[in-house]
Order: sequence, then C-alpha cells, then structure tokens
Amino acid sequence: MATAVRVEGIGKLYRLGRRAQRVGSLRDAVRAVAGAFRHGRSPGPTLWALRDISFEVQAGEVVGIIGRNGAGKSTLLKILSRLTEPTEGRAVIEGRLGSLLEVGTGFHGELTGRENVYLNGAILGMRRAEVDRKFDQIVEFAGVEAFLDTAVKHYSSGMHVRLAFAVAAHLEPDILIVDEVLAVGDVSFQRKCLGKMSEVASEGRTVLFVSHNMPVIKSLCTRALLIDAGKLVEDGDTDGVVLSYLRTSDMPKGESHLRQSDSLMGTGEARLRWAGILGRNGTTSGSLHFAEPLRVKMHFEVFDRVSDGVIEVGVSTLDGQRIATMMNTDTGGEAFTFEPGIQEVLVEVDVTLLPRDYVLHISLHYYSGATIDLVDNVTRFSVINVALDSGDHYRPYEVRGYVRPSTRWQAPRAVG
Amino acid sequence: MGALSDDAVSRKRVVIQPSRPLAFNPREVWEYRELLFFLVWREVRVRYKQTALGIGWVLIQPLIAMVIFSVIFGQFAKLPSEGLPYPLFVLTGLLPWQLFAGGLTRTAGSLVRDANLLTKIYFPRLLIPISAALAGLVDFVLSLVLLGIMLVYYGVRPGWQLLTIPTFALLAVLAAIAFGVWLAALNVRYRDVQVALPFLVQIWFFVSPVAYSATLVSSGISRLVYGLNPMASVIQGFRWSLVGGVGPGLQLLGATSLILAVLVGGLIYFRAAEKTFADVI
Repeated sequence: MATAVRVEGIGKLYRLGRRAQRVGSLRDAVRAVAGAFRHGRSPGPTLWALRDISFEVQAGEVVGIIGRNGAGKSTLLKILSRLTEPTEGRAVIEGRLGSLLEVGTGFHGELTGRENVYLNGAILGMRRAEVDRKFDQIVEFAGVEAFLDTAVKHYSSGMHVRLAFAVAAHLEPDILIVDEVLAVGDVSFQRKCLGKMSEVASEGRTVLFVSHNMPVIKSLCTRALLIDAGKLVEDGDTDGVVLSYLRTSDMPKGESHLRQSDSLMGTGEARLRWAGILGRNGTTSGSLHFAEPLRVKMHFEVFDRVSDGVIEVGVSTLDGQRIATMMNTDTGGEAFTFEPGIQEVLVEVDVTLLPRDYVLHISLHYYSGATIDLVDNVTRFSVINVALDSGDHYRPYEVRGYVRPSTRWQAPRAVG
Repeated sequence: MGALSDDAVSRKRVVIQPSRPLAFNPREVWEYRELLFFLVWREVRVRYKQTALGIGWVLIQPLIAMVIFSVIFGQFAKLPSEGLPYPLFVLTGLLPWQLFAGGLTRTAGSLVRDANLLTKIYFPRLLIPISAALAGLVDFVLSLVLLGIMLVYYGVRPGWQLLTIPTFALLAVLAAIAFGVWLAALNVRYRDVQVALPFLVQIWFFVSPVAYSATLVSSGISRLVYGLNPMASVIQGFRWSLVGGVGPGLQLLGATSLILAVLVGGLIYFRAAEKTFADVI
C-alpha cells in the first residue's frame, strides 16, 4: 500500500515571551527589540510543543490521535494542515488533504447559502466545475434546499453548521483530518457526520481523527497514536493504545486550572479558566463520598458579554461513556447572563453516582446552540463506597451500573 | 509554509518543512487563481449589501467628494486647475486616488478581518491582501461612467493618451498592493496600524495632486516629498491621459521603480511574517 502521510522528526518551538505579547503594540515591540540587544538574541523562555514526532500512515488507514489537553495533538494537526510551520523536521502528504478544522470558516453572513457553497468550496480547494457537479448533493445533505437564496446570517446555527459540514464533507479529500467536529450539531446530525466519516474510511481514504471520545475512537480507528507532552509515546493498534492512555492519563483530580491554549473550541467570547469539584467543607476534592451531592464550581473568563449562556456539565466514565448531562436550562431554567470579567457559577447535582472513577466535561453554549467554549476531560474524580454519615454505604461486592436513582418502594402486601 | 512540490505530474504532493527565507512561489498563487477570483467577488458582493442605495454608492462617493472639493478649493480657495473646469479637474484626481486609498485601507485590514480563515485553513495568504486591492477595480470601472458624463458635459475630448488609462489604473492598484502588503502583515502583530492608517491616508491625500495642480509644487522640501510619493505621478498621469496638460514625464519611471521596490520588499516581509500569522493573530 502507498504511503499517504510521512512525518519525519517534526518539532515545533514556541517562544513563550513572544506569545505573551500576542497582539502587541508598537511600544512592546520597541521594548522587546531593545531588550534583545541588551540580553543577546533570544528573548523569553521557549517551549517545544512537539518534538521528534515521526510516523507513517498508509493510504486507507484510519488513525486516531489521542492524548491529554495540551499534549500537542492540535499543534500536530495544525502543522499537517499547513496552518503553522514546523520548526524542524519534515512531512510529506500525498494527495488532497481536507480538514474538518475548518467547518464553516469562510462563510460570509451577508452572502446567500448558494453563494457561500461556491465561496467555501473555493476556499477548501475545489474547482468551480467540481462544486457545480456536487451542488445538489451538498444541498441535499445539508437539508437547506428551501433557504438557498437566503443570506446565511438568517440561518439557525444548526443550519449553518450543516451546510458548512456538507461542503467540507463533499471535498472528497484523499486524506481527511477531523478534530472533534462531532461536538457540534444535534444528535441526528452527529450521526450523519460519523456515517460520513466511516464512509470516507471505507472508500479507502485516509483519516486522521483527534478525539477524547474513546468509544468512538475504538469503533472507527484501526490504529492509534498517543501523544503526551509533545512526544509520540505509543503507536499501535487502537485497543492497546487506548488502554495505556486511560491507565497513564493522570488527569488532575478534583480541580483543573486551564491555560489559554487548552481550549481551542468554540467562538471564545468566554473561556473556562478553572473548575473544581467541591467536597463537604467547600474545598475542592478529587473524591466524593457515596451519595454526596455532586457540586461543581466553575470560573469563566468572560471577554464579551453573553446574554443567553447555557452551561452544559457532563459526567462520563473513564473510557468516555457519557453518564449524565446537566444544563442550567433543564426543566425550563433561564439562560445565564455573563458579564465581562471572571464569573463564578456553582451547580449542585442531586445524583447518586456509584463508586467508580469519573470524568467531568464542561461547555458553554449560546441558547441558540453555537458553542462558546468546550473543554472535555476537565478533571477526574472518584466516588468512594463509603457514605458520609448516614450509614448508606455502597454494599454490593461488584459495582453494577453507574447511578442509583431515587426510588419509592411499596412493602409486600397480600393481594390474593 | 511548505512549498508545493515542483513536480507538475503529482501536483498533489505537499512537502511541509521549515521554509527557507525568500522562498516565494508565484506558481502556487496561480494555482489558486479561482480562489482569488472568489475572494474578489466576495469583497464586491458584500460591500454594499443591505444598503438602500446599493451599487449607487459607487457613483455617489466620488460625486459628493467632487462637489465638496469644488466648493471649498475651487470656489473659496480658487486653486488653479490647469485651465480646466475645477469639478472635472478634481474628479480626474479623485478616481485614481480612491482606487489607491480604498485599496490600501482594505488591504491593510484584510488579514485581521479574515483571521478565522488564516487560523483554520491553508491557502497562499497573499491572496487575501491582493484580492482586497483588486476589488477596488470594480468600483473604479463603474465610476468611469461618471467621468464620461463629466467629460461630455464640459465638452472635453480626450486624445490618444486615453489609451494609457489602464496603465495608470494598474499602477494605482499595484501601489495599493505594494504598501498594503506591508501594512497588512504589520497589522497582524501591531494593531497600531489600523489606528494610524486613517491619518496616514489623509496626509497622503494632501501630498498628492488631487485637489490642487502639480504645477503648484515648486519649492525644495515640498518638491522632495512630492517626488517620493509615487501616487503623485500616477494621479498626474491619469489626469493627463484624460484631459492632456502636463504629462507625467520621467518622474513616472521613478514612481514605478519605487512602487516595484516597495512591492518586492513587501513580499519578502510578508513571506517571513506569514509563518506566524496563525499563532499571533
């Protein structure tokens, strides 16, 4: 089989000093230049976000890329999609590369759906004739036939995403890069996307797939790469790599401080900066007693006022199986208003989780559905089988199931 | 960014590696010509969307400017206009000036405006500033209608020099690209550019012979500033191609070389800066 992607010793060095003054002003620049003359050449500390990454992907392989937040997965995908240049090393891509990092980018609100399909197609690298040929398919896939000549700014966020994905999905790349795109859209659309991905894979195209969702990785990928702290630590069949990821991933327990680079998803009007699970005395704790309410405190850094925010808190098992999802709009609750600054939110969940290890996920959306920020695997916590004071310990020898619903029993009585 | 392989047969093979300085790949820009077309088309389509007057603005803008300048400079200040009716005189300066200034302004802000494209997908980044400058040509061609009406109204008949109009229009666009590429790349890192730009454009306007005749510029220092401003020759040339008068002369050669020099420097700077666009923007 032919090689589709060959990566040889790729490395990426970030200058932290310079990153700090990202949108710098001229004055900073003058200062930095002056400083550079005084202290020699390299100002500020540096960080290898990736180092010595080498691997080959054969045409037709479906490869999962896994690792913790900030391990370097996204940097790798950015280099392969040529958004940023590697500092060292070399990669060769054979064939047309499409990446679902770019869903909906290049859509212009003032243009109609039809116009945007052509514009977006051109941005993704399709020839005009190619878009002509696939136009009907794209529109049908997105299900927006009736709104083709409406400006996209009047679309719902769901329609927007569907149309954008439809264009990207019809690019027919030889190599497809997917980075957690499945976080957007409603469930039926997500299923459509997964279907499209396995279709792409079964057509013998190459797929590189980054996700935190281990069940999906396991079901789609034949091979996985584990990246940790910028290094490729394991490369092999999916089951083995996923297992060692789960074993070695020492996620912070009970609380998590998030850096700017940890979260790249969403529109970014606000970012989750810190989240913690509160124990009995109000301090953060990585373990909860059995039947103790789950209390989560979150700090969001809000850059632009959000008047209709919906927080989604999710709990999953270590291998990514979602157990529960809670939103502040559940049972008719109001959407939240976030003023600029650091905003604290506290949620108390009445759920009795069975004694296991769990992972917390937090995301913030607009009421209309568009994602503002999304952080998977915020922190890990465990529930122990000892109850706090009620004597309601978890007694079964084996943990069966994930939650204990509250129940009302009727004692035996004679009925005949 | 890694350059596309030169192997024409397997066009789709992409090599990604740290780029060498000065590695400039015009072929790649050519391969993406359809995208360039769509980006220009987008600029044009979007510009006057949701405006009541729509495309009418293309004519109204120079018309209003012409009226204002005619009243202030023609009536009150009574600036000499090389023997032409002042409104016609100022319009022949305004059109190339707006082609340049509009292009420069759009180009300078273009990369930041399209930040979400830069951070999400690869294509030659140069297309963005180039398309922003080219989009001005559509307005320019349409506003030639206004110019035509004015010429007929004042009974001025252009001579053979009319054929040189495209040259001057092209020079104005090229100048917008040359300076705009610098500003666009600088603006990614230093947003000071977009704050300072309106002042820059305003000053530039006053050192260009739009509202006054180039013949007024005679003394030492103003002569020097004038000579360093390539748009002065372009505007003068444009006016000459329509209504005759003082030709651009040798100065045009100097202006063209200056524009080309700035362009080459801009391309080199742009290439060096674009590596970090996605990280810094």
